[in-house]
Amino acid sequence: MSTMTFGRAINSGLRRAMERDSKVVLIGEDIGMLGGVFRITDELQKDFGAHRVIDAPLAESAILGTAVGMAYRGYRPVCEIQFDGFIYPAFNQIVSQVAKLHYRTRGRVRMPLTIRVPFGGGIGAAEHHSESPEAYFVHTPGLRVVSVSNPQDAFLMIQQAIACDDPVLFFEPKRRYHTKGEVDEEAGLDSYPMEQARVEVSGDDATLVTYGPLVQVAREAAAAAREEGISLEVIDLRSLSPIDFGTVEASVRKTGRLVVAHEASRTGGLGAELAASITERCFYHLEHAPERITGFDIPYPPAKMEHHHLPNLDRILDGVDRVLDRRNSLGGGEGH
Amino acid sequence: MSLHGMGPVPQEDLIQLLAPDGSRTGGSGFEEWIEDVDGAALQGLYEDMVVVRRLDQEATALQRQGELALWPPLLGQEAAQIGSGRALRKDDFVFSSYRENGVAYCRGVGYADMLRVWRGNAPSGWDPYAVNMATPQVIIGAQTLHATGYAMAAKFDGADSVAVSYFGDGATSQGDSNEAMVFAASFQAPVIFFCQNNQWAISEPVRLQAQRDIADRAPGFGIPSIRVDGNDVLACLAVTRQALERARGGGGPAFIEAVTYRMGPHTTADDPSRYRDPNELEDWKGRDPIDRLGRLLEAEGLLGTDFTERIRAAADRAANELREACVSMPEPGELDVFDNVYTTPHAVLAGQRRDYQRYLASFETGSGGTS
Repeated sequence: MSTMTFGRAINSGLRRAMERDSKVVLIGEDIGMLGGVFRITDELQKDFGAHRVIDAPLAESAILGTAVGMAYRGYRPVCEIQFDGFIYPAFNQIVSQVAKLHYRTRGRVRMPLTIRVPFGGGIGAAEHHSESPEAYFVHTPGLRVVSVSNPQDAFLMIQQAIACDDPVLFFEPKRRYHTKGEVDEEAGLDSYPMEQARVEVSGDDATLVTYGPLVQVAREAAAAAREEGISLEVIDLRSLSPIDFGTVEASVRKTGRLVVAHEASRTGGLGAELAASITERCFYHLEHAPERITGFDIPYPPAKMEHHHLPNLDRILDGVDRVLDRRNSLGGGEGH
Repeated sequence: MSLHGMGPVPQEDLIQLLAPDGSRTGGSGFEEWIEDVDGAALQGLYEDMVVVRRLDQEATALQRQGELALWPPLLGQEAAQIGSGRALRKDDFVFSSYRENGVAYCRGVGYADMLRVWRGNAPSGWDPYAVNMATPQVIIGAQTLHATGYAMAAKFDGADSVAVSYFGDGATSQGDSNEAMVFAASFQAPVIFFCQNNQWAISEPVRLQAQRDIADRAPGFGIPSIRVDGNDVLACLAVTRQALERARGGGGPAFIEAVTYRMGPHTTADDPSRYRDPNELEDWKGRDPIDRLGRLLEAEGLLGTDFTERIRAAADRAANELREACVSMPEPGELDVFDNVYTTPHAVLAGQRRDYQRYLASFETGSGGTS
């Protein structure tokens, strides 16, 4: 075990993947000499060469489109999209090509791309630098989508994503890059499946599901709730496509109550999918309609307004109060 | 000081080795690239073009008869496709649009594979690795980036394979095509951009895409370019060979604008009479690529009755095989829609497949639903 930051853990995982397979190449803007604007690829070009850590001209569609061509020739490209809001120029190549080529070619051509996306808010950034576009990709068949919440998962899952023969969108919560944690660098690729959710905190009264940057907030919310005598079960979803409904369902069958939290806008988001699917799967175990605590359906707001938009501990606990019929901002409280 | 490049546009002649009247054109400097093309080779190019035109006509007929959902005819573009296609080596890799069935023919694509996607039986036709040609790209210009990435990877490998991207005049307006040229130039990738300027992007004339010759764009990206008579199979063969050899030797990308004409509709769903002057088609018929080579063969005594009969029989045989491959194609299975979305099992999709299978089974057993 060693202690390292979230960012260093991804760097270390990338290094492992590149050592393991000479077909792994990195391509993105400023990822070479600079090591990326977040330094995630620090030193990798120096150690592996400019043909394996490729500074790309500033064209996201081309970063993805050329990665497709490299994959045709047996390479395993890892594309870095510098910021979440810059992924849209590449949307066509991701959705129309990367996601569909295996299907289109009836399994002949594989697209083992990993698309790394620093995402989410909370860093006081300019427009287009704090977005949460994961639902677009979750809605796209052919892609796998994951989001990591801690250094250990970051280290392991970046390697699993690269080793996966399907394209994987890898969402990194940028506001957690400097968070430190214990990382077992000996953990093997099969030590915990990429698409399995994890129960972070066990509890009995309500299930709180989230992923990426809000996992830490959810843990804090569970600790605060415990002081009020409420036992929350916190689930880190980890894989957003496919969603590990089994783990969530087992928890909701126990607690009877579901709260989903994410930074992304509400309508058509992961919370909607979870609420619908869990309701279908265990309707008679639910004591209350699922609640969603999410970003509003607004463009990502300016830095001094983002704290209104981002779900925080109090908003999450307000949602917990709602599913428990406790007094909350929208009324209620008859049950307690 | 005036703005650079705003003066009159110099109209250089197209590279041409064969005039519309079938006479050889000298002085282009490209003659050396076809020195090995003897009488038999000329007859071979002629046969290719005749067979490909016949296949194309048969496929159009199959669409009219309801056997294909759609077909994108290549009528008029045979020289551009056969000339460039026959210049390629087996280990080169083609990324084309949907109109390059003449190139696919050169690569050895089977007839059923050529039609599969247009009959609606499969999401695409062939195994790209079996013929070193990606299946047709429908998103305009997207394949220029795939070719560039493939070429970058070939260079990583130290191989001398070249990637060739085929696209049309319309595609040159797409961001992807322009980004592809940036990347190809920056990384000196061994990629050929082969633009068939067939004058029309469905109903939009080329002047809506470009105010100057399309080939003029590439030098601005640092890529040498050439305009070639796209209805001259020898010129297309020669310039493609030169570009390939240059790329193989580490010379980097090249851009070829083959000036040709789409004599048919964009696809069988299109009606060019709504937007095109019929006189234009008549003009281009005078520059027909097959007639042109035929006149040369005739002048050189290579178009005897035996030969023409043999070619006609070969074309008819190909057309019959194409038709048979089309109508005898097995129908897809009812659960095939779920195949190959992912390389490894996906729990959510597996659940949808299982439920749909039960739904279908409910009709057979009569025990489905809530009864």
